[in-house]
Amino acid sequence: MTVPVLSAQNIGKSYGSGANRFDALKGVSVDIRAGESIAIVGKSGSGKSTLMHLLALLDDPDSGALLVEGTDAKKLKGKEVNRLRNQDFGFVFQQFFLTANASVLDNVVLPLKIAGVGPKERRARGMKALEQLELADKAKNKAMNLSGGQKQRAVIARALVNNPKVIFADEPTGNLDTTTGAVVEDILFSLNRDKGITLIIVTHDIDLAARCDRQIFIRDGLEDVTRSPEAIEKPAGAHA
Amino acid sequence: MKFVDIITTAIANSFRSKLRTGLTVIAIFIGAFTLTITSGIGTGVTSYINSQVSAIGAADVLTVSKAGDATATADDGPAPYDPDKATAISLGNGSRPGSTIQALTDADLGTIEATSGIVGVDPAVQVTPDYIEYDDSGKFELTVNAAATLTTADLAAGEQLDNESTTDQILLPTTYLDTLGFSTPESAIGETVTIGIADFAGTQQQVPATVVGVQNETILGAGAGLNQPLTDRLHAVELSGTPAGAPQSYATATARFDLDASDAEITAIKADLADQGYAAQTVADQIGSFETVINVIIGVLNAFAVIALIAAGFGIINTLLMSVQERTREIGLMKAMGMNGGRVYALFSTEAVFIGFLGSALGALVAVGVGSLVSNILATTVFENLPGLQVVQFAPSSIAIIIGVVMLIAFLAGTLPARAAARQNPIDALRYE
Repeated sequence: MTVPVLSAQNIGKSYGSGANRFDALKGVSVDIRAGESIAIVGKSGSGKSTLMHLLALLDDPDSGALLVEGTDAKKLKGKEVNRLRNQDFGFVFQQFFLTANASVLDNVVLPLKIAGVGPKERRARGMKALEQLELADKAKNKAMNLSGGQKQRAVIARALVNNPKVIFADEPTGNLDTTTGAVVEDILFSLNRDKGITLIIVTHDIDLAARCDRQIFIRDGLEDVTRSPEAIEKPAGAHA
Repeated sequence: MKFVDIITTAIANSFRSKLRTGLTVIAIFIGAFTLTITSGIGTGVTSYINSQVSAIGAADVLTVSKAGDATATADDGPAPYDPDKATAISLGNGSRPGSTIQALTDADLGTIEATSGIVGVDPAVQVTPDYIEYDDSGKFELTVNAAATLTTADLAAGEQLDNESTTDQILLPTTYLDTLGFSTPESAIGETVTIGIADFAGTQQQVPATVVGVQNETILGAGAGLNQPLTDRLHAVELSGTPAGAPQSYATATARFDLDASDAEITAIKADLADQGYAAQTVADQIGSFETVINVIIGVLNAFAVIALIAAGFGIINTLLMSVQERTREIGLMKAMGMNGGRVYALFSTEAVFIGFLGSALGALVAVGVGSLVSNILATTVFENLPGLQVVQFAPSSIAIIIGVVMLIAFLAGTLPARAAARQNPIDALRYE
């Protein structure tokens, strides 16, 4: 068996201290293998976003260990972590986080700019990513003039531009209507299928979660093992 | 992120909130404008003074006078009579009205000459001719510039006075030309004018003098310059008929020392003379005290400009803190995408420096424009009588220094917001709504 891309071993995270201490994550283990798609499902406040942040090396766990391709993340230097996030990870957020009055192309090539790629290559790769998402004609528009679906496609183009191994998507369809949401979902899954990009989706949308290879349910900071994948495949009508 | 990208991104960012950046730039503009103008005035006035006095060459000369009576304070009442003490003498033309100092006598001259380090001493003779006349076209009052032999004149035509010459030479100010009947400065050169002067008995005598040069008006004593032979001749006329035994007295004397004397030796000579009751000043001392006053004025003006700049610095802090606040999510995103804190810091610092550059460059540019314009207008109106005075002058080096200093202040002001930005945790930043 191959080494998992990311492996969380009983990781926990709490915020605040004393009376205000809040245990967001109380010990969750998960292995993520290259090329799979996995959904982290839970209600808001369940700790699912915290788990994603820890997996994406945006935060350090208080307990347990996180292995990146077998290496303990604690042993990675800051520079190496930045490189990983810049080149191996792509991020898609519910709120888009596009710079409103910069052009779509400028937004998309931000990771390349951070990586120190020259302007010519930046442009070429940015345009290629935009073409993939059928946004090439909007490259010069300001990000704020895009529709919701176009914005999320721009965000996906930004996540793709560095050819990442893993894409983290935090409620990627949360701000979109059903039709555009479905289009964005199709794009993400086709990237997973055609390019072998590992997909980690955080969502409370059971239907979206069901399209993933695997689901992890998080409830009150712990994995909810009572909800088997079978239960999802036959949603109990009223629950969904 | 590459260095070039940091700079272009920072510049683009500073233009994102144009109004806010604009207001901060205005604050810096005011400081930089003031600083440039005051430094321009400093340069202008100093260079004018230098052109006026650069000439007071004679580096081996001390002007010696009797030191003020230290004992004669108001509480002590009148000092006891001393028959050997010379009478007070007016410093004459140019000094404070009514001010007198103790005159130097021939005995004093002897004492000064005997002081170690002094190689020679001459009494400063001031002659007071009655009139000057050219070509029978009328007699006009003649003011003599006593400093003329010590200075190199700013000439409109002709040559400098030659003290070694055997001819009697006079240097006329440009203002005398029309009155005396010369059409151009050049036409006066080589002409002979007649100077009328009264002897001790009051009888007027005439002394001819050759015009060797015409001098632009100067701030250092107006009037005509006479060379040493002419001064001596006029002085001899004034003294002719003096009763024998009447003591001679002089306001000041010029003492020469070795040209190679070091600063320490000059100080020693001055201290030695001070011990004997004489005040001695080198030419450098005299110019120095003049420049000190101007430097103090410029310094005070600069201090105000710097205060304005410090206030502008807080404007930069405020602008950037707001900018960091506004861009929290963007910073979070960049950090999530692997941008390290140092680069974020550099990004915001660069923005601060750029705002500083924008304000100071605009301020300096406008100051140069306005300053040159005002200076040219003043030169033809208020300062018309002081040819060569450009009251505001700009040295490229001092403008560069001003822009550099403002950018440094901006950088320091940007430190606080830049640190705030660099320290942001990507998660908190992304959660920020």
